[in-house]
Amino acid sequence: MASRVGVVVFPGSNCELDVVEAVRGLGGEAELLWHGRTTLGDVDAVVLPGGFAHGDYLRPGAIARFSRVMRAVDAFATGGGPVIGICNGFQVLCEAGLLPGALQKNAGLKFLCKPVVVRVETDTTALTGDVPVGSELHIPINHFEGNYTCEPETLAELRADDRIVFRYTDNPNGSVDDIAGICSRGRNIVGLMPHPERACHPLLGSTDGAPLLRSLLVRAGALVA
Amino acid sequence: MRFSVLVETRLRDGVADPQGATIERSLPALGFDGVSGVRVGKAFRFTIESDDEAAARAEVEDMCKRFLTNPVIEDATISVYSSGSA
Repeated sequence: MASRVGVVVFPGSNCELDVVEAVRGLGGEAELLWHGRTTLGDVDAVVLPGGFAHGDYLRPGAIARFSRVMRAVDAFATGGGPVIGICNGFQVLCEAGLLPGALQKNAGLKFLCKPVVVRVETDTTALTGDVPVGSELHIPINHFEGNYTCEPETLAELRADDRIVFRYTDNPNGSVDDIAGICSRGRNIVGLMPHPERACHPLLGSTDGAPLLRSLLVRAGALVA
Repeated sequence: MRFSVLVETRLRDGVADPQGATIERSLPALGFDGVSGVRVGKAFRFTIESDDEAAARAEVEDMCKRFLTNPVIEDATISVYSSGSA
């Protein structure tokens, strides 16, 4: 049976169907999960997609984190289930305290929408299990608040525990230590600003996102590595 | 009792503020010289029903910690007035 990925939909999410399409293209199953739900149902992995949940009012992710579904996501993640936050989803995970740090406005004060190159820094997370360390992936970014920041102690801990998952090769937004993505202590929760689901078909200009989502499907349990 | 509240949030000291920096760089072009330390924040005004001022303040502090600010990057200043005086 194929891995089943639940893709959470907040009011204002706008990348959920791209994730569904990419997961199905890789042989997985995908299901949309409305934010008002209290349970996740029968899913093996959860993706919080990109967009502007609740209009990004107050701060990106600040209101989404109180959505009812987030209690179920929290329990799923705490139990070791793979949870991926892409772009706005990364912001939600930080606001929810499932990942440390915060994402503030890009250093150049520009909304950035372009392909970038990110280097994979660890292959022991839910999103990179199948991708060699050092791989340089061409994946688009699409954000205004992608400038990752955290306390110096948090940064030291992320480095020491090998929890920086992706770094930009040419930092576009001012992120501390070129960070494009990080993971939780348990390595099952991963947040990243680039959009792997938008780099899963030759027509989109890159297929470099596919090995990441394939890693997630493998981790989620049913595809053979 | 009803209290009027003003919460001002801003990026913590040491956190880069690209908006503030851009505004600061733009001011001299308009003839405003000598301006430094521009920081951009948000202000929230509301009223709250509470037993006394200390209780109102405690509730607003909790609100700031859990919702109105992201403590990783933001600080808040809270002002509480008995309604009518603000």
